[in-house]
Amino acid sequence: MNFFDYIVDTAPLFLEATQVTLRLTATALVIAMVLGGFVAAMSMSSVAVLRWIATGFIGIIRGTPLIAQIFVLYFGISEILLLQAFWAGAIALAIHNSAYIAEIIRSGFQSVPKGLNEASRSLGMSRLKTLRRVRAPLALRAILPVLGSQFIIAVKDSSLVAFIGMTELFQTSRNLAASTYQPLTMYMIVSLYYLAIVLVLTFLVNRLEYRLSAHRR
Amino acid sequence: MTTQETEQSRGGGVGEPLVRMRGIVKKFGETVVLDGVDLDVDRGEVVVLIGPSGAGKSTLLRCINGLERIQAGSIHVAGEELVYKEKHLNHIRSRIGMVFQAFNLFPHMKVIDNITMAQQDVLGRPRQEARTRATELLERVGLAEKADAYPDNLSGGQQQRVAIARALAMDPEVMLFDEPTSALDPELVGEVLDVMRTLADEGMTMIVVTHEMRFARRAADRVLLMADKQIVEEGTPEQVLENPTSERGKAFLRELTEH
Repeated sequence: MNFFDYIVDTAPLFLEATQVTLRLTATALVIAMVLGGFVAAMSMSSVAVLRWIATGFIGIIRGTPLIAQIFVLYFGISEILLLQAFWAGAIALAIHNSAYIAEIIRSGFQSVPKGLNEASRSLGMSRLKTLRRVRAPLALRAILPVLGSQFIIAVKDSSLVAFIGMTELFQTSRNLAASTYQPLTMYMIVSLYYLAIVLVLTFLVNRLEYRLSAHRR
Repeated sequence: MTTQETEQSRGGGVGEPLVRMRGIVKKFGETVVLDGVDLDVDRGEVVVLIGPSGAGKSTLLRCINGLERIQAGSIHVAGEELVYKEKHLNHIRSRIGMVFQAFNLFPHMKVIDNITMAQQDVLGRPRQEARTRATELLERVGLAEKADAYPDNLSGGQQQRVAIARALAMDPEVMLFDEPTSALDPELVGEVLDVMRTLADEGMTMIVVTHEMRFARRAADRVLLMADKQIVEEGTPEQVLENPTSERGKAFLRELTEH
Protein backbone atom coordinates (compact mmCIF):
# COMPACT_ATOMS: atom_id res chain seq x y z
CA MET A 1 0.00 0.00 0.00
CA ASN A 2 1.37 3.37 -0.90
CA PHE A 3 0.77 6.72 0.80
CA PHE A 4 -2.24 7.59 -1.35
CA ASP A 5 -3.92 4.28 -0.63
CA TYR A 6 -3.59 5.04 3.05
CA ILE A 7 -5.12 8.47 2.54
CA VAL A 8 -8.12 6.96 0.78
CA ASP A 9 -8.47 4.13 3.28
CA THR A 10 -8.37 6.37 6.33
CA ALA A 11 -10.52 9.13 4.84
CA PRO A 12 -13.85 8.06 6.41
CA LEU A 13 -12.35 7.97 9.90
CA PHE A 14 -10.40 11.19 9.51
CA LEU A 15 -13.30 13.08 7.95
CA GLU A 16 -15.50 12.16 10.85
CA ALA A 17 -12.76 13.20 13.26
CA THR A 18 -12.37 16.49 11.36
CA GLN A 19 -15.96 17.30 12.23
CA VAL A 20 -15.22 16.66 15.89
CA THR A 21 -12.16 18.90 15.78
CA LEU A 22 -14.09 21.66 14.03
CA ARG A 23 -17.01 21.43 16.46
CA LEU A 24 -14.65 21.42 19.40
CA THR A 25 -12.60 24.38 18.19
CA ALA A 26 -15.62 26.41 17.07
CA THR A 27 -17.38 25.87 20.40
CA ALA A 28 -14.22 26.80 22.29
CA LEU A 29 -13.64 29.94 20.21
CA VAL A 30 -17.19 31.21 20.54
CA ILE A 31 -16.91 30.95 24.33
CA ALA A 32 -13.37 32.35 24.21
CA MET A 33 -14.49 35.43 22.27
CA VAL A 34 -17.21 36.25 24.80
CA LEU A 35 -14.97 35.55 27.78
CA GLY A 36 -12.02 37.33 26.16
CA GLY A 37 -14.21 40.36 25.48
CA PHE A 38 -15.16 40.54 29.14
CA VAL A 39 -11.57 40.16 30.29
CA ALA A 40 -10.45 42.82 27.80
CA ALA A 41 -13.14 45.20 29.07
CA MET A 42 -11.98 44.52 32.62
CA SER A 43 -8.35 45.15 31.71
CA MET A 44 -9.30 48.56 30.23
CA SER A 45 -11.63 49.43 33.11
CA SER A 46 -11.07 52.46 35.29
CA VAL A 47 -11.74 50.26 38.32
CA ALA A 48 -8.38 49.05 39.60
CA VAL A 49 -9.70 45.80 41.11
CA LEU A 50 -11.12 44.72 37.75
CA ARG A 51 -7.82 45.45 36.05
CA TRP A 52 -5.96 43.38 38.64
CA ILE A 53 -8.32 40.44 38.20
CA ALA A 54 -7.86 40.61 34.42
CA THR A 55 -4.08 40.87 34.70
CA GLY A 56 -3.99 37.96 37.16
CA PHE A 57 -6.20 35.78 34.97
CA ILE A 58 -4.19 36.51 31.83
CA GLY A 59 -0.92 35.95 33.68
CA ILE A 60 -1.92 32.57 35.09
CA ILE A 61 -3.45 31.25 31.87
CA ARG A 62 -0.57 32.36 29.68
CA GLY A 63 1.96 31.17 32.24
CA THR A 64 0.78 27.56 32.44
CA PRO A 65 0.77 24.84 29.75
CA LEU A 66 -2.47 24.17 27.92
CA ILE A 67 -2.12 20.44 28.48
CA ALA A 68 -1.97 21.03 32.25
CA GLN A 69 -5.07 23.23 32.02
CA ILE A 70 -6.92 20.51 30.13
CA PHE A 71 -5.94 17.86 32.68
CA VAL A 72 -6.81 20.06 35.65
CA LEU A 73 -10.23 20.73 34.20
CA TYR A 74 -10.90 17.14 33.14
CA PHE A 75 -9.55 15.28 36.16
CA GLY A 76 -10.15 18.02 38.70
CA ILE A 77 -13.59 19.23 37.83
CA SER A 78 -14.94 15.82 36.93
CA GLU A 79 -14.53 14.86 40.60
CA ILE A 80 -17.32 17.29 41.43
CA LEU A 81 -19.19 17.55 38.18
CA LEU A 82 -19.29 14.84 35.59
CA LEU A 83 -17.93 16.63 32.58
CA GLN A 84 -17.88 14.95 29.19
CA ALA A 85 -14.50 14.93 27.48
CA PHE A 86 -15.93 17.18 24.76
CA TRP A 87 -17.02 19.87 27.20
CA ALA A 88 -13.94 19.56 29.38
CA GLY A 89 -11.82 20.02 26.28
CA ALA A 90 -13.94 22.82 24.86
CA ILE A 91 -13.99 24.74 28.13
CA ALA A 92 -10.25 24.30 28.69
CA LEU A 93 -9.53 25.51 25.15
CA ALA A 94 -11.98 28.38 25.62
CA ILE A 95 -10.40 29.59 28.85
CA HIS A 96 -6.92 29.23 27.40
CA ASN A 97 -7.73 31.16 24.23
CA SER A 98 -9.74 33.81 26.05
CA ALA A 99 -6.58 35.05 27.79
CA TYR A 100 -4.83 35.56 24.46
CA ILE A 101 -7.92 37.00 22.80
CA ALA A 102 -8.37 39.45 25.69
CA GLU A 103 -4.87 40.76 25.06
CA ILE A 104 -5.52 41.00 21.32
CA ILE A 105 -8.74 42.95 21.87
CA ARG A 106 -7.12 45.26 24.43
CA SER A 107 -4.18 46.10 22.19
CA GLY A 108 -6.58 46.60 19.27
CA PHE A 109 -8.52 49.23 21.18
CA GLN A 110 -5.34 50.85 22.43
CA SER A 111 -4.08 51.14 18.86
CA VAL A 112 -6.90 53.58 18.02
CA PRO A 113 -5.36 57.06 18.23
CA LYS A 114 -6.58 59.10 21.19
CA GLY A 115 -7.18 62.06 18.88
CA LEU A 116 -9.97 60.21 17.05
CA ASN A 117 -11.77 59.65 20.32
CA GLU A 118 -11.37 63.34 21.12
CA ALA A 119 -12.57 64.36 17.66
CA SER A 120 -15.69 62.26 18.05
CA ARG A 121 -16.42 63.48 21.57
CA SER A 122 -15.84 67.08 20.42
CA LEU A 123 -18.67 66.67 17.94
CA GLY A 124 -20.95 65.83 20.86
CA MET A 125 -20.95 62.08 20.27
CA SER A 126 -21.55 60.18 23.51
CA ARG A 127 -19.07 57.68 24.89
CA LEU A 128 -21.23 54.82 23.63
CA LYS A 129 -21.79 56.27 20.15
CA THR A 130 -18.07 56.97 19.87
CA LEU A 131 -17.37 53.38 20.80
CA ARG A 132 -19.83 52.07 18.22
CA ARG A 133 -18.99 54.35 15.34
CA VAL A 134 -15.30 55.09 15.79
CA ARG A 135 -13.38 53.04 18.33
CA ALA A 136 -14.87 49.59 17.77
CA PRO A 137 -14.73 49.61 13.95
CA LEU A 138 -11.12 50.81 13.99
CA ALA A 139 -10.12 48.39 16.74
CA LEU A 140 -11.73 45.56 14.75
CA ARG A 141 -9.50 46.33 11.77
CA ALA A 142 -6.43 46.12 13.98
CA ILE A 143 -7.65 43.02 15.79
CA LEU A 144 -8.71 40.89 12.85
CA PRO A 145 -5.35 39.73 11.44
CA VAL A 146 -4.01 38.88 14.91
CA LEU A 147 -7.25 37.18 15.85
CA GLY A 148 -6.96 35.12 12.66
CA SER A 149 -3.61 33.72 13.70
CA GLN A 150 -4.92 33.03 17.20
CA PHE A 151 -7.75 30.99 15.61
CA ILE A 152 -5.18 29.04 13.63
CA ILE A 153 -3.23 28.29 16.79
CA ALA A 154 -6.48 27.22 18.46
CA VAL A 155 -7.23 24.70 15.71
CA LYS A 156 -3.84 23.09 16.13
CA ASP A 157 -3.89 23.28 19.94
CA SER A 158 -7.19 21.41 19.97
CA SER A 159 -5.10 18.28 19.22
CA LEU A 160 -4.10 18.23 22.89
CA VAL A 161 -7.63 17.24 23.80
CA ALA A 162 -6.69 13.82 22.41
CA PHE A 163 -5.01 13.19 25.74
CA ILE A 164 -8.31 13.17 27.62
CA GLY A 165 -9.66 10.59 25.21
CA MET A 166 -11.57 12.72 22.73
CA THR A 167 -11.61 10.99 19.36
CA GLU A 168 -10.82 14.11 17.38
CA LEU A 169 -8.30 14.33 14.55
CA PHE A 170 -5.13 13.75 16.49
CA GLN A 171 -6.52 10.90 18.62
CA THR A 172 -7.70 9.25 15.43
CA SER A 173 -4.18 9.39 14.00
CA ARG A 174 -2.80 7.89 17.22
CA ASN A 175 -5.29 5.05 17.06
CA LEU A 176 -4.51 4.40 13.41
CA ALA A 177 -0.77 4.59 14.03
CA ALA A 178 -1.12 1.85 16.62
CA SER A 179 -3.43 -0.39 14.64
CA THR A 180 -1.64 -0.15 11.28
CA TYR A 181 1.95 0.01 12.59
CA GLN A 182 2.40 3.00 10.25
CA PRO A 183 3.01 5.90 12.64
CA LEU A 184 4.96 8.02 10.13
CA THR A 185 2.27 7.73 7.46
CA MET A 186 -0.61 8.41 9.86
CA TYR A 187 0.98 11.47 11.45
CA MET A 188 1.76 12.83 8.00
CA ILE A 189 -1.80 12.30 6.89
CA VAL A 190 -3.27 13.95 9.98
CA SER A 191 -0.94 16.90 9.41
CA LEU A 192 -2.46 17.32 5.96
CA TYR A 193 -5.90 17.56 7.52
CA TYR A 194 -4.78 20.28 9.91
CA LEU A 195 -3.03 22.06 7.06
CA ALA A 196 -6.22 22.01 4.99
CA ILE A 197 -8.29 23.46 7.83
CA VAL A 198 -5.71 26.18 8.46
CA LEU A 199 -5.53 27.11 4.77
CA VAL A 200 -9.30 27.48 4.52
CA LEU A 201 -9.33 29.55 7.72
CA THR A 202 -6.52 31.78 6.44
CA PHE A 203 -8.40 32.35 3.21
CA LEU A 204 -11.56 33.35 5.06
CA VAL A 205 -9.70 35.75 7.37
CA ASN A 206 -7.85 37.34 4.45
CA ARG A 207 -11.10 37.89 2.61
CA LEU A 208 -12.70 39.54 5.62
CA GLU A 209 -9.61 41.68 6.13
CA TYR A 210 -9.72 42.78 2.51
CA ARG A 211 -13.34 43.78 2.81
CA LEU A 212 -12.66 45.86 5.91
CA SER A 213 -9.68 47.69 4.46
CA ALA A 214 -11.44 49.69 1.75
CA HIS A 215 -10.06 52.88 3.28
CA ARG A 216 -6.47 51.82 2.61
CA ARG A 217 -6.88 51.11 -1.08
CA MET B 1 -24.36 84.07 9.02
CA THR B 2 -27.48 84.89 10.97
CA THR B 3 -25.81 86.35 13.99
CA GLN B 4 -28.80 88.47 14.97
CA GLU B 5 -31.21 85.57 15.14
CA THR B 6 -28.93 83.22 17.02
CA GLU B 7 -28.26 85.88 19.62
CA GLN B 8 -31.97 86.11 20.31
CA SER B 9 -32.82 82.45 20.25
CA ARG B 10 -29.86 80.65 21.73
CA GLY B 11 -29.36 82.42 25.02
CA GLY B 12 -26.21 84.02 26.17
CA GLY B 13 -27.99 87.36 26.07
CA VAL B 14 -27.09 90.45 24.13
CA GLY B 15 -23.90 92.04 25.37
CA GLU B 16 -22.86 88.97 27.29
CA PRO B 17 -19.75 87.23 25.98
CA LEU B 18 -20.25 83.97 24.10
CA VAL B 19 -17.37 82.36 25.95
CA ARG B 20 -16.59 83.49 29.45
CA MET B 21 -13.73 81.98 31.43
CA ARG B 22 -12.98 83.07 34.97
CA GLY B 23 -10.07 82.15 37.19
CA ILE B 24 -9.18 79.02 35.25
CA VAL B 25 -6.72 76.80 37.05
CA LYS B 26 -5.55 73.66 35.31
CA LYS B 27 -3.06 71.19 36.69
CA PHE B 28 -1.61 68.04 35.21
CA GLY B 29 -0.91 66.12 38.39
CA GLU B 30 1.12 68.54 40.47
CA THR B 31 2.16 70.74 37.55
CA VAL B 32 0.18 73.94 37.14
CA VAL B 33 -0.48 74.68 33.47
CA LEU B 34 -3.02 77.50 33.73
CA ASP B 35 -2.89 79.76 36.73
CA GLY B 36 -6.02 81.86 37.08
CA VAL B 37 -6.78 82.75 33.46
CA ASP B 38 -9.72 85.01 32.54
CA LEU B 39 -10.99 85.21 28.99
CA ASP B 40 -14.07 86.72 27.36
CA VAL B 41 -14.89 86.17 23.72
CA ASP B 42 -17.78 88.04 22.14
CA ARG B 43 -20.03 86.71 19.45
CA GLY B 44 -18.46 87.21 16.04
CA GLU B 45 -15.05 87.92 17.48
CA VAL B 46 -11.86 86.31 16.18
CA VAL B 47 -9.35 85.81 18.97
CA VAL B 48 -5.87 84.50 18.27
CA LEU B 49 -3.78 82.95 21.02
CA ILE B 50 -0.04 83.13 20.54
CA GLY B 51 2.94 82.47 22.75
CA PRO B 52 5.87 80.17 23.31
CA SER B 53 5.19 76.44 23.37
CA GLY B 54 4.33 75.12 26.79
CA ALA B 55 2.58 78.37 27.70
CA GLY B 56 -0.78 76.62 27.98
CA LYS B 57 -2.48 77.88 24.80
CA SER B 58 -3.75 74.51 23.61
CA THR B 59 -4.73 73.51 27.13
CA LEU B 60 -6.81 76.67 27.52
CA LEU B 61 -8.57 75.92 24.24
CA ARG B 62 -9.23 72.31 25.24
CA CYS B 63 -10.77 73.46 28.52
CA ILE B 64 -13.49 75.34 26.63
CA ASN B 65 -15.13 72.14 25.33
CA GLY B 66 -14.23 70.04 28.33
CA LEU B 67 -11.50 67.92 26.73
CA GLU B 68 -9.48 69.04 29.75
CA ARG B 69 -11.01 69.38 33.16
CA ILE B 70 -10.25 72.47 35.18
CA GLN B 71 -9.43 72.35 38.87
CA ALA B 72 -10.77 75.81 39.68
CA GLY B 73 -12.65 78.61 37.96
CA SER B 74 -15.71 78.63 35.72
CA ILE B 75 -16.46 78.37 32.02
CA HIS B 76 -19.64 79.60 30.37
CA VAL B 77 -20.44 78.97 26.72
CA ALA B 78 -23.48 80.76 25.29
CA GLY B 79 -24.77 81.37 28.78
CA GLU B 80 -24.45 77.77 29.94
CA GLU B 81 -21.96 76.79 32.58
CA LEU B 82 -19.71 73.88 31.68
CA VAL B 83 -20.11 71.01 34.11
CA TYR B 84 -18.57 67.57 33.72
CA LYS B 85 -21.70 65.52 33.23
CA GLU B 86 -21.79 63.28 30.17
CA LYS B 87 -25.13 64.48 28.76
CA HIS B 88 -24.45 68.15 29.35
CA LEU B 89 -20.95 67.85 27.90
CA ASN B 90 -22.27 66.16 24.78
CA HIS B 91 -24.83 68.92 24.34
CA ILE B 92 -22.40 71.78 24.86
CA ARG B 93 -19.75 70.13 22.66
CA SER B 94 -22.23 69.83 19.81
CA ARG B 95 -22.35 73.64 19.81
CA ILE B 96 -18.57 74.09 19.81
CA GLY B 97 -16.59 73.17 16.71
CA MET B 98 -13.06 71.95 17.19
CA VAL B 99 -10.25 71.59 14.67
CA PHE B 100 -7.11 69.72 15.69
CA GLN B 101 -3.49 69.93 14.72
CA ALA B 102 -3.55 66.27 13.63
CA PHE B 103 -6.85 66.65 11.65
CA ASN B 104 -8.26 63.52 13.33
CA LEU B 105 -10.55 62.51 10.50
CA PHE B 106 -12.11 59.07 10.94
CA PRO B 107 -9.96 56.97 8.60
CA HIS B 108 -12.53 54.20 8.11
CA MET B 109 -15.16 56.57 6.78
CA LYS B 110 -15.44 58.37 3.48
CA VAL B 111 -15.10 62.14 3.60
CA ILE B 112 -18.85 62.61 3.29
CA ASP B 113 -19.53 60.18 6.15
CA ASN B 114 -17.01 61.98 8.34
CA ILE B 115 -19.19 65.06 7.91
CA THR B 116 -22.63 63.43 8.21
CA MET B 117 -22.02 61.11 11.19
CA ALA B 118 -22.48 63.55 14.03
CA GLN B 119 -25.19 65.49 12.18
CA GLN B 120 -27.24 62.29 12.21
CA ASP B 121 -26.12 60.77 15.51
CA VAL B 122 -26.04 63.95 17.59
CA LEU B 123 -28.39 66.43 15.93
CA GLY B 124 -30.75 63.76 14.62
CA ARG B 125 -30.80 65.19 11.12
CA PRO B 126 -32.22 62.88 8.47
CA ARG B 127 -29.59 61.29 6.25
CA GLN B 128 -30.51 63.25 3.16
CA GLU B 129 -30.44 66.59 4.94
CA ALA B 130 -27.08 65.75 6.49
CA ARG B 131 -25.67 64.83 3.09
CA THR B 132 -26.96 68.03 1.52
CA ARG B 133 -25.35 70.08 4.27
CA ALA B 134 -22.09 68.11 3.95
CA THR B 135 -21.98 68.61 0.20
CA GLU B 136 -22.63 72.31 0.63
CA LEU B 137 -19.75 72.61 3.09
CA LEU B 138 -17.41 70.54 0.95
CA GLU B 139 -18.08 72.96 -1.88
CA ARG B 140 -17.31 75.81 0.44
CA VAL B 141 -13.91 74.41 1.37
CA GLY B 142 -13.28 73.53 -2.28
CA LEU B 143 -13.42 69.75 -1.96
CA ALA B 144 -16.76 68.81 -3.48
CA GLU B 145 -15.10 66.20 -5.70
CA LYS B 146 -13.57 64.40 -2.70
CA ALA B 147 -16.86 63.39 -1.05
CA ASP B 148 -16.32 59.69 -1.69
CA ALA B 149 -12.58 59.62 -1.02
CA TYR B 150 -11.06 58.21 2.15
CA PRO B 151 -9.04 60.59 4.35
CA ASP B 152 -5.80 58.65 3.82
CA ASN B 153 -5.95 59.52 0.13
CA LEU B 154 -6.05 63.27 0.77
CA SER B 155 -3.21 65.69 1.37
CA GLY B 156 -2.81 67.20 4.81
CA GLY B 157 -4.29 70.49 3.66
CA GLN B 158 -7.30 68.74 2.18
CA GLN B 159 -7.78 66.67 5.33
CA GLN B 160 -7.76 69.78 7.47
CA ARG B 161 -10.31 71.48 5.23
CA VAL B 162 -12.54 68.42 5.57
CA ALA B 163 -12.07 68.60 9.35
CA ILE B 164 -13.22 72.23 9.27
CA ALA B 165 -16.26 71.24 7.20
CA ARG B 166 -16.99 68.43 9.68
CA ALA B 167 -17.03 70.91 12.56
CA LEU B 168 -19.07 73.50 10.64
CA ALA B 169 -21.71 70.90 9.77
CA MET B 170 -22.88 71.04 13.38
CA ASP B 171 -23.66 74.76 12.98
CA PRO B 172 -21.49 75.61 15.98
CA GLU B 173 -21.70 78.84 17.97
CA VAL B 174 -17.93 79.05 18.14
CA MET B 175 -15.01 77.36 16.41
CA LEU B 176 -11.84 76.36 18.23
CA PHE B 177 -8.68 75.87 16.18
CA ASP B 178 -5.77 74.11 17.89
CA GLU B 179 -2.67 74.83 15.79
CA PRO B 180 -4.55 73.90 12.60
CA THR B 181 -1.59 74.41 10.28
CA SER B 182 1.30 73.17 12.43
CA ALA B 183 1.28 69.65 10.98
CA LEU B 184 1.16 70.84 7.38
CA ASP B 185 3.87 71.16 4.76
CA PRO B 186 4.52 74.86 4.16
CA GLU B 187 2.93 74.87 0.71
CA LEU B 188 -0.35 73.52 2.14
CA VAL B 189 -0.73 76.08 4.91
CA GLY B 190 -2.24 78.73 2.65
CA GLU B 191 -5.28 76.74 1.55
CA VAL B 192 -6.29 76.11 5.18
CA LEU B 193 -5.72 79.72 6.24
CA ASP B 194 -7.83 80.88 3.28
CA VAL B 195 -10.77 78.85 4.52
CA MET B 196 -10.29 80.18 8.04
CA ARG B 197 -10.07 83.78 6.84
CA THR B 198 -13.28 83.42 4.87
CA LEU B 199 -14.95 82.01 7.95
CA ALA B 200 -13.73 84.95 10.02
CA ASP B 201 -15.01 87.41 7.42
CA GLU B 202 -18.40 85.77 7.55
CA GLY B 203 -18.68 86.54 11.22
CA MET B 204 -17.92 83.18 12.81
CA THR B 205 -16.75 83.37 16.39
CA MET B 206 -13.27 81.85 16.41
CA ILE B 207 -10.60 81.12 18.97
CA VAL B 208 -7.38 80.17 17.24
CA VAL B 209 -4.12 78.88 18.65
CA THR B 210 -1.49 79.39 15.99
CA HIS B 211 2.05 80.32 15.16
CA GLU B 212 0.91 81.94 11.91
CA MET B 213 1.48 85.63 12.54
CA ARG B 214 0.18 86.51 9.09
CA PHE B 215 -3.18 85.06 10.06
CA ALA B 216 -3.12 86.89 13.39
CA ARG B 217 -2.44 90.19 11.61
CA ARG B 218 -5.01 89.74 8.87
CA ALA B 219 -7.91 88.05 10.62
CA ALA B 220 -7.72 88.63 14.37
CA ASP B 221 -9.86 91.16 16.17
CA ARG B 222 -7.80 90.55 19.26
CA VAL B 223 -4.50 88.84 19.93
CA LEU B 224 -3.68 87.28 23.29
CA LEU B 225 -0.14 86.46 24.22
CA MET B 226 0.20 83.63 26.68
CA ALA B 227 3.30 82.96 28.72
CA ASP B 228 3.99 81.44 32.09
CA LYS B 229 0.52 79.92 32.52
CA GLN B 230 -1.20 83.28 32.05
CA ILE B 231 -2.32 85.82 29.49
CA VAL B 232 0.39 88.44 29.64
CA GLU B 233 -0.56 90.72 26.77
CA GLU B 234 -3.82 91.48 25.06
CA GLY B 235 -4.94 93.87 22.37
CA THR B 236 -5.32 94.44 18.66
CA PRO B 237 -2.85 92.64 16.41
CA GLU B 238 -0.92 95.92 15.97
CA GLN B 239 -0.66 96.53 19.69
CA VAL B 240 0.47 93.03 20.61
CA LEU B 241 2.61 92.25 17.60
CA GLU B 242 4.20 95.68 17.04
CA ASN B 243 4.27 97.36 20.42
CA PRO B 244 4.11 94.88 23.26
CA THR B 245 4.33 96.45 26.70
CA SER B 246 5.17 93.43 28.83
CA GLU B 247 8.66 91.99 29.17
CA ARG B 248 7.40 88.56 28.10
CA GLY B 249 5.69 90.12 25.10
CA LYS B 250 8.85 91.89 24.01
CA ALA B 251 10.90 88.74 24.49
CA PHE B 252 8.48 86.66 22.44
CA LEU B 253 8.45 89.21 19.64
CA ARG B 254 12.27 89.23 19.57
CA GLU B 255 12.20 85.45 19.24
CA LEU B 256 9.83 85.73 16.31
CA THR B 257 11.73 88.38 14.39
CA GLU B 258 15.06 86.63 14.86
CA HIS B 259 13.85 83.58 12.96
